Amino acid sequence: MAEPIITVENLSKKYRIGMRELKGRTFRETVVDTLAAPVRNLRRLRRLTRFDDRESRGADDSLPAAGSPTGDTIWALKDVSFTVQPGEVVGIIGRNGAGKSTLLKILSRITEPTSGEVRLYGRVSSLLEVGTGFHPELTGRENIYLNGTILGMRKAEIDRKFDEIVAFSEIEKFLDTPVKRYSSGMYVRLAFAVAAHLEPEILLIDEVLAVGDAEFQKKCLGKMNTLSHRGRTVLFVSHNMAAISQLCSRVIHISDGSIAQDGLPEAVIHAYLGTGMQSAGSSYHCLDKPDTSAWVQSVELKDIDGRTKDSFLMSECIVVESTIFIKSRISLSLSIQIKEQNNSPLYHFPIGDSPQSLPAATGMHRVCTRIPPPNLYPGTYIMKIALSEGIGDHFEHLHVIDTISFDITPDYSTCSRQLSRHAGVIYARAQWNVDDLP
Amino acid sequence: MIRIRKKSGFQLLNLRELLHYRDLLAFLVIRDIKVKYKQTVLGGLWAIIQPFFMMVVFTLFFGKLAQIPSDGIPYPIFNYTAMVAWTYFATAINTSGNSIVGSGSLISKVYFPRIIIPLTPVLAGLLDFAIAFLVLIAMMLYFGIHPSLMALTLPLLILLMMLTAAGVGLVLAALNAKYRDVRYTIPFLVQFWMFATPIVYPASMVPERFRLIYALNPMTGIIEGFRSALLGTIAFPWTMLAMSTVIAVVVFLCGVIYFKQVERYFADII
Repeated sequence: MAEPIITVENLSKKYRIGMRELKGRTFRETVVDTLAAPVRNLRRLRRLTRFDDRESRGADDSLPAAGSPTGDTIWALKDVSFTVQPGEVVGIIGRNGAGKSTLLKILSRITEPTSGEVRLYGRVSSLLEVGTGFHPELTGRENIYLNGTILGMRKAEIDRKFDEIVAFSEIEKFLDTPVKRYSSGMYVRLAFAVAAHLEPEILLIDEVLAVGDAEFQKKCLGKMNTLSHRGRTVLFVSHNMAAISQLCSRVIHISDGSIAQDGLPEAVIHAYLGTGMQSAGSSYHCLDKPDTSAWVQSVELKDIDGRTKDSFLMSECIVVESTIFIKSRISLSLSIQIKEQNNSPLYHFPIGDSPQSLPAATGMHRVCTRIPPPNLYPGTYIMKIALSEGIGDHFEHLHVIDTISFDITPDYSTCSRQLSRHAGVIYARAQWNVDDLP
Repeated sequence: MIRIRKKSGFQLLNLRELLHYRDLLAFLVIRDIKVKYKQTVLGGLWAIIQPFFMMVVFTLFFGKLAQIPSDGIPYPIFNYTAMVAWTYFATAINTSGNSIVGSGSLISKVYFPRIIIPLTPVLAGLLDFAIAFLVLIAMMLYFGIHPSLMALTLPLLILLMMLTAAGVGLVLAALNAKYRDVRYTIPFLVQFWMFATPIVYPASMVPERFRLIYALNPMTGIIEGFRSALLGTIAFPWTMLAMSTVIAVVVFLCGVIYFKQVERYFADII
C-alpha cells in the first residue's frame, strides 16, 4: 500500500461551553454582583483558552466518553485516528454536533487540536463555506480575485484560470456588477466556480452542495467527480446520503466525537441510518431541556382514532401529536417533513399553509397535525419535525427532531399487487384506455 | 508536509508562507480602499475633512485663545502637519485593533496567515494619508514655506509611523479577540495618546528634564521629525528619532510575537 497522504493520530479537541452564572435575587446581591463582575469576567475569559494539564490529558481513563460535558468543557473530538490514501474520496457522516465540522476545521488549520497530531502530505484547500470573504460592494470580477487569494491562490494563477472560472459560473454579463445586486443563485454559482478551480492535492469540503439549484448541484458533483478521477484526495462532509454514496469510495461515520464506523459507503450509510431508527422509533420525548426559548417536548404518531402506532397503511391518515413548550414569547412556526431513509424529502407540511398558527402564550401546548394518506410505497420513512423562530422565509431552527421513523404497510384493498421500492416511491393510479384500432 | 498539532510557546513568523499570501494582502488593501467611501457623497474628501477641521478647531482654541507657541511658524500649518500623520496613526490603530473581531466569518471558515488582517488597514490608510498630504503641500505654498533637504527623510518617517501603527494594531487586535473591552478602550487611548504627543503644542514646551521620558512615545520623534523636515521648525530631532526607531521596532516585534502567540485560538473565540 502506498504512503498515506493524510495521517490523523489520536486527535482530540476540547471546547469550553457556556458557563452558567448565578444571578443575585435581592437588590444588594445584584449590586454586589455587578461590582464584582469584572473580576469574575476576567477569570472566565482567561479560562476560555486555557485548559490545565489534568483537563487536557486526552488519554485519561477517568474522563467520561467524548461528547458528554464535564463541568463546562466538551470534547468535540476524542481520540480520532485514521489514514487516507492518495486519490481516495472519503465521505464523513454523522449527526449535527457529532464533530464532523470540528475535524474539518482542524484539518484545514482553522483551529488547533487540544491533543493529537495530523500530517498532511500535500497542498490543502478547504471549502467550509461558499463565497468566504465575498464583499457585497465589490464586483464579480473583484470578488473572484479576492476570494481566490483568500482560498490560497496566487494572482497569476487566477489570471490564468479567469476565463474558465467565468464560464463555469455563467455570469459573464454581470462580471462588473457589484455582487450585492446578484440573485442568490448567481452568487453561489460564482463562489463555487472560484472554489472549483482550486488545484490542491487535498480538498476538504463541508456541506457546500446544499446550496444552489438542482442543475448547479449536478454540475458541482460532476466537477468533484473529475477532481477525484485526476487523483485528488477529497474529504467530503455531507448529510446528503445520495451524494455521498455516489461520490465516495469510503465513508467514516462520526458519532459523539469518535469514529463509529469506517468502511464501504453502503455498509456505513446503512448502519448509520439504522442507528437513528433503533434509538428512537415512532415517538420522541425530550429528556434534557434544550437551552432555547421554545422546544418540542414530545411527538407521537397516531391514527385517526387516537391510537399510537408506528406503522400505517399507505392509504391511512397519520396524526402527528406534538407538545411544545414555550418559555418566552416569540413568533414560532412548526413544520413537518416526510423523508426517505436517505434523507431525500418527500412531503413538507408547514403550519403556515393552514389558517392556524402557534400560540404566543408561554407554557405547554399541544399541536395535532393530520397528514392526508401519504400513498407511499411500503417501507420505512423518516418524519422530521422542526420548530423555528420567525415566519416566512426568515426563520431560525430552534429545535429539530429527525429521529422519528415509521413504516408504511401495503393496503391490499387499494392495490393487490406487490409494490417494490425499486419501482417507485409515491403510489398513484393512472387511468388507462385501450382501444382497438381498425 | 504540513504537521498540525497543539502549538505552545514562542511562534516565529513564517515568512515564506507570508510571501505566498502577499497577493491576498494586496487584494484586501484594494478592497478596503474601494469599499471605504462607497455610497458616500464626499468620497475621498473625507480624508481631508477630518484632519483639516480638527486643525481649524485646534487653531481657534489652542492657537488663538490659549496662545500656544508654534515654533515660530503659523499655527494652522504647524498643527495640520502633525494632524496629517496623527489622523493616519489614529485611524490605523483603530481599524487594525477592531479588524480581527470584525473578520470572524473569514477566520472561522478558511486558513491564511492571520497577521494579514491587522496589517491591511496599516497599508490601506496610506491612501488617505497621501490625499491629506496634498492639502499640506497646498498649505505650504500658501504660507510660503519651503521644505528643507531633510524632507528626504520623509520615507523613513512614514515607515516608522507605519511600523508603530502596525505594532500597536497587532497587540490591540489580538487582545480584542479575547477581551472585547479593547474596542471601548481604543478611543480613550487615541485621545490620551494625542495629548501625549506634540500635536497641538511643540515638544519644546515640555520641560527639559522630562524630555527623555517624553520621547519614549515613538510618535513624539516622528511628529517632530515631520515638522522639522517640512517646515523647518527645529533642528532635525536625531536623538528623539533614534529613540523612536528603537521603540517602534520593539513595539512591532512585541506585536508580532504576542499576535502569533494567541492567533491559534482566534477561530474558537470569535
